[in-house]
Amino acid sequence: MLKIENLRASVEDKEILKGLTLDVPAGEVHAIMGPNGAGKSTLSYVLSGRGGYEVTDGSATLNGEDLLALEPDERAAKGVFLSFQYPLEIPGVPALTFLRTALNAQRKARGEDEVAAPAFLKLVREKAAELKIDFEMLKRSLNVGFSGGEKKRMEILQMAILQPKLLILDETDSGLDIDALRIVSEGVNAMRAPDRAMLVITHYQRLLDHIKPDRVHVLSAGRIVASGGPELALQLEAEGYDKYASAA
Amino acid sequence: MSVSQAIAAGDVALLPSRRDEDWRWTDLRGLIRAMPPVSPASDRQFETGAFGEGDVLLVNGVVRGDVKALVVPAGERRTVRLRVIADTSETAHGTDLSVWVGEGAELTLLETYEGLGEGYLTETRLNLTVEADARLERVVLAADTAEAVAVSTATVALSRGSRFEQTVLTTGARRQRIETQVAHPGEGATVRMDAGYLLGGQRHADLTTAVAHEGVGGETSQLTKGIVRDQARGVFQGRIVVEKGADKTDARMGHHALILSEKAEIDAKPELLIYADDVSCAHGNTVGALDEDALFYARQRGIPDAQARAMLAEAFVGEVVDRIANDKARDVARQWVAAHLGAV
Repeated sequence: MLKIENLRASVEDKEILKGLTLDVPAGEVHAIMGPNGAGKSTLSYVLSGRGGYEVTDGSATLNGEDLLALEPDERAAKGVFLSFQYPLEIPGVPALTFLRTALNAQRKARGEDEVAAPAFLKLVREKAAELKIDFEMLKRSLNVGFSGGEKKRMEILQMAILQPKLLILDETDSGLDIDALRIVSEGVNAMRAPDRAMLVITHYQRLLDHIKPDRVHVLSAGRIVASGGPELALQLEAEGYDKYASAA
Repeated sequence: MSVSQAIAAGDVALLPSRRDEDWRWTDLRGLIRAMPPVSPASDRQFETGAFGEGDVLLVNGVVRGDVKALVVPAGERRTVRLRVIADTSETAHGTDLSVWVGEGAELTLLETYEGLGEGYLTETRLNLTVEADARLERVVLAADTAEAVAVSTATVALSRGSRFEQTVLTTGARRQRIETQVAHPGEGATVRMDAGYLLGGQRHADLTTAVAHEGVGGETSQLTKGIVRDQARGVFQGRIVVEKGADKTDARMGHHALILSEKAEIDAKPELLIYADDVSCAHGNTVGALDEDALFYARQRGIPDAQARAMLAEAFVGEVVDRIANDKARDVARQWVAAHLGAV
């Protein structure tokens, strides 16, 4: 589903990704683990199309389609969803308005009909209840004054509404207490589907106790330096990233 | 020196110029070489304005009908739609109107400034008196034409326990100045005074305010937000004076602007002059570009660039609109902003 080959990318002429190759088949959850500065966030931004990152070589395709040639909103309409480590606050835009605007923009881009207000509200009420999000909170400006846990739950709600094909979770566990982590993880697990791939980017193993990966990859100095099953995450937790630093 | 005096005397030398400190960013003397002739009378019927039909119409400097002043008797509650219309080109006129809100009364004053011609020069002067425990809310939508030079000046006298609220939304003009002077007696009186400006092309808007806290225990909350693009210029001059003895004054002033192009300009002068000891005053002033991180976030969710920018810009000014107390006026103002953002 997601195929990355020999991807090289720079920020301000500094090469961060140095020939990264990764294959995430549909229905699978892959974890990317690595020390700070390995290029984990860069990978998520390059895949989602943030400005300031220059791809110098390689490719990234989603179901055979070249992602790197598309605008960020076009990638979103194709099914790319990045759950931000620090979700942005959007003062003056109620969460409901933001969600509906995003959903209908994506549908429009795919040539689908817009979702009418009553159907949209029914959908949001249902999903919000599952995530224990107070519906009244959705009338407030998106993420403004929300706690870390509330912001992450809002990310999950957006996923649940937008139903992306490729989910990229960038350090989703940061800033979460154990209860929030459980709710967020349950939300992510509910998104597992045969036609959906997930990339879970994390520094710590604890998130992977809740979101069980099919494969674990170690990202170090801009490349995947080791891959294995879930046991690799436990090994990293016990031994640290030191031995991969030299491999890079 | 005022525009009205200059118009009455037909003398450009009486126009405010950059030599007047309070007019240094809105130089009319340097712009207007010769005084235009006095505007002709107009008896035309107009299409409805943003707030619908008008209750009071000031057309080309003349008050229509037998209206000498706007009076709300003590204890009564009114909504008045005031339309100030310039149905003329290359001419000049000034208008004065007094508004009196009696003790314990409430007035919602919905004002529209509507330019139908090009190149007119106007000054509209409102004298507003708000008696004890009375309440006045002004919602002002200013839509002058691109070649107009339009000045409106409101002088507000408040009394004990009164409340004055004002929201000005404007798209500017060749030169436009909207000035508000408030005499604040303290004594439980409260002021909310907001503005939003949306300027494109070569338009200019100058929002000038002065609040003089003269007694104990007054409150002022002021929020101005603006968006400029192209070669437009936004001017904010906010002055709050807390006179000696005006203790327990609580005054907050904020001015925040977005500059969306390299050639657009913002000139801001927030001033707090405090001569009392025991006060709580604060001001904030920021000028910047649209938040690129927020923009990327919206686009990552599938919202195309132009739509995301418009959404963020509308939200930016929306904070001002949200503070309008009157529900219907707030809805009209929100639509007005959305409609005029396209021109920004």
